[in-house]
Amino acid sequence: MNRATPAPLSGLLAGPPAAVVTAGASLLADALTAQAVAVEPVDWRPPLAADGLDVPAALARVLADPRREEADATAVGRMLAAGAQLVDVRPASEALGLERGTFLHAGPPVAWEAASGPLRGALMGAAVLEGLAATPEEAERGLAAGAFAWEPCHHHRAVGPMAGVVSPSMWVFELEDPVGGGRAYCSLNEGLGKVLRYGAYGPEVLDRLRWMSAVLGPLLQGAVRAAGPVDVRAIVAQMLQMGDEGHNRNRAGTLMLLRELLPALIDGGAPSSDVARAAAFVSGNDHFFLNLVMPACKLATDAARDVPGSSLVVAMARNGTEFGIQVSGTGDRWFTGPAQVPEGLFLGDYGPQDANPDIGDSAITETAGIGGFAMAAAPAIVRFVGGDVELALATTQRMYEITLAESPSYQVPVLGFRGTPTGIDVTRVVRTGILPQINTGMAGRVAGTGQVGAGLVTPPPGVFTAALAALAEAAPPA
Amino acid sequence: MSGSTRVRVRPGAYHDSVSLMQVSGAVGRAPGVSAALVAMATPLNVELAAGMGLPAPEGAGPNDLLVALRGEDEAALDGAEQVLEQALAGLSAPASAGWGAPPPPRTTAAAAARAADAGLALVSVPGPSACAEALDALRAGLSVMVFSDNVPVEQEVLLKDEAARRDLLVMGPDCGTAVVAGVGLGFANAVRPGPVGLVAASGTGAQQVMALLDASGVGVSHCLGLGGRDLSAAVGGRSARQALRALDADPATELVVLVSKPPAPEVAEEVAALAASLGTPVQLALLGPDRDDLTAAARAAVEAVGGTWSAPERWDPAGHDDAGLRRAPVLRGLFAGGTLCDEAMAVAARALGPVRSNIPLDPAWALPDDLATAGAGHAMLDLGDDRMTQGRAHPMIDQRTRLDRLAQEADDPDVGVLLLDVVLGHGAHPDPASELAPALGAAVARAAGQGRRLDVVVSLCGTDADPQGLRQQAAALAGAGAQVHRSNAAAARAAVALATAPATAPATASPEVPA
Repeated sequence: MNRATPAPLSGLLAGPPAAVVTAGASLLADALTAQAVAVEPVDWRPPLAADGLDVPAALARVLADPRREEADATAVGRMLAAGAQLVDVRPASEALGLERGTFLHAGPPVAWEAASGPLRGALMGAAVLEGLAATPEEAERGLAAGAFAWEPCHHHRAVGPMAGVVSPSMWVFELEDPVGGGRAYCSLNEGLGKVLRYGAYGPEVLDRLRWMSAVLGPLLQGAVRAAGPVDVRAIVAQMLQMGDEGHNRNRAGTLMLLRELLPALIDGGAPSSDVARAAAFVSGNDHFFLNLVMPACKLATDAARDVPGSSLVVAMARNGTEFGIQVSGTGDRWFTGPAQVPEGLFLGDYGPQDANPDIGDSAITETAGIGGFAMAAAPAIVRFVGGDVELALATTQRMYEITLAESPSYQVPVLGFRGTPTGIDVTRVVRTGILPQINTGMAGRVAGTGQVGAGLVTPPPGVFTAALAALAEAAPPA
Repeated sequence: MSGSTRVRVRPGAYHDSVSLMQVSGAVGRAPGVSAALVAMATPLNVELAAGMGLPAPEGAGPNDLLVALRGEDEAALDGAEQVLEQALAGLSAPASAGWGAPPPPRTTAAAAARAADAGLALVSVPGPSACAEALDALRAGLSVMVFSDNVPVEQEVLLKDEAARRDLLVMGPDCGTAVVAGVGLGFANAVRPGPVGLVAASGTGAQQVMALLDASGVGVSHCLGLGGRDLSAAVGGRSARQALRALDADPATELVVLVSKPPAPEVAEEVAALAASLGTPVQLALLGPDRDDLTAAARAAVEAVGGTWSAPERWDPAGHDDAGLRRAPVLRGLFAGGTLCDEAMAVAARALGPVRSNIPLDPAWALPDDLATAGAGHAMLDLGDDRMTQGRAHPMIDQRTRLDRLAQEADDPDVGVLLLDVVLGHGAHPDPASELAPALGAAVARAAGQGRRLDVVVSLCGTDADPQGLRQQAAALAGAGAQVHRSNAAAARAAVALATAPATAPATASPEVPA
């Protein structure tokens, strides 16, 4: 034996193993325990099942893809490295090149016939807002007749909460990733209750949107241009330590944004009544900052796109009918399944029968490792989404089972400042059967209703097995 | 049939087959319950339920829990379901140990990340899913023993190539036995430490050699399992080469014994060349119809390291009255260990001619797919074969298949001799004789009732340090009327001697041929 060479098999025979990881029959783990060997047992379950797909074989194929380890490391590394700065506020027509008669919406593509109530309501309201129709009813006829076009926000580097409808005259936040140079966009948050994104389109909804385009947008533009850029990622990191999870609770984030912009708002030369109303509107809307968290997350997930061989999820989005995901290794392809109805708490006397299936691009927050994945950071939210504090702690910790990394920037104080679970891995979801936990609002099923509640939802399992099948097809032959 | 039956399916409620065997037992003991099957609805278990007259509903699949019950009345079945609930609840780990406690890891990757000091992984999930867990282990820097069978061969090659790239070892798939620095993995006898290292493409073969070495006072450094396919042309001895080199470099190992079925010729050549190039002597113990048996291999190893061979013990059966009984001429073997079955068939075939089997020595001797033995003459079954274990526990853990088969074979008017193996050690049934001895006693008595003398020979593989207690097991089996041997080859020869003894003369085992 040559003493200069290291022990073979990485030292396997040098002495008894300090511990053995066991997956499978508990009796074999017990036999190790009986020999006084520490065991780390895996709580193994069969993988998700899928009609017409040999799931274990597809899993083996994808896991054995020689590109995969490096591809996943690259993709999730980019996701974690991406920054997010608010650099401008502009009309969507200008920022996104959105033309009259064209709208953006949340989730994967959807035809009018399949569109849900809240999405239809939001498109109807937007058509009236743009002067394309005199009444919501007229707008509905035009939309049904194909007079106007609509496309997913995600196809235009944008994200939209709930129905996510963006029309050319609406103003949008423009964020830049200083690391990768990407851009992402999101509308200005309208507040709660009867609002366009929940499918309401009454006169008060449209009046508010007109004021936002005429007053709020330009004021914010001036402030951002004067005081910016605003480091949104830094605010997200801080808000997680102040009891927000960035999806259903954005109170601390909203106030921190205001802190950044207020001096420039006041100093911008606009009438003080406008400034006061803008400041009151923003500070009175705990969700205002959500529309900055979402594009910040979009920058991170977009940075992780298009790495061949990677099974990292780069988008989860719902249009109120279908839930869709996109995966780094499979380009722009959507894997879709029926959107679920969230479970949670209802406003007023609304009940489960009033709720529309899950809708919105806001699951981009979970895709980037916050929201439901950072539930443990937001103990104050758990009742609102129908849970208790233990559920919050368990939820975040369960998500580590399906993610590739832990965020160095976004941390959870109650878990010892552990980084949030980041980077959903299709193979881990399929193997464990653990579905991503999403915190969400609930829109009324009927167009025009608005918000009816908030709660928790998971994607349909089939989107992950469908993505797995595509990854297996794309893997080089063994 | 009188009484009530109830069959239910619980979708998506997964438990491993060993746990369910325990649950089945608890439910079956509930008052007024005559039959109970609680198992995942694998094709084999669905068939088993159908055989019990309790057909599973259409569409039940391997991820669904099948509960099939027969009892005196509806109240008995309700009671059984209560027992079931309690037993299932007892299986589930608490969801959370309270504030901040993480849920248990669901993948080998997650478990390996938590146990930073882990040196090894042991994977025994269903075969189609084993590759994912094993890859996790390798990517976390752990060597892995894959106990699971039914793993596709291309996945085995892939795992072993990945392991070689990372200087790790894959033992398996379908590796039943390993000992790493004194720690037994899977089915492993408690053996003393010593100078002999084993490389084994045969789990029970390795156990037999280790147990016989131990009986002669010779200990084992490591036993590295390969899985039965490693030396095939498709796998090409990938793990054998790594294991041989590692044992060669191991200061505790003075002699390496390679236990395997005859390898593919080109692989044999490569492995032999490698063995010859090593500094540590390598003794090849290749199994086959015309080769030395494992007892001879163990003896050679004992002598090679300067030990003193002591002939393996045997225990004679308690006497029973066999006056006037006729001896039927046929030998049937019921094995949990595939290699022990192979070895016994080789011994028997030399004396008796064709021995039918599900793992036949000669393809012409294969049993039909339903494994019916009636009228088949001499036959031996490997009840641990892949096809017999899909979706259920190995017969070394769960003896139900063997107990059923034992009753069936003993009732065959052609059968005069039954040969069984009992394998002790970590991982095996905690007290196999507690179930086998009464079954053997009953079989002998039933045969006697039909005017037949039934002789039973047991090959008992174990050591004095095994948790089941070698001597208690031997005494219980001998007390039930079995002739018990520590050497499997000796047991097989004794069974042959009994089968070929004159049909009317009182039979005694022929003198032992010293190994």
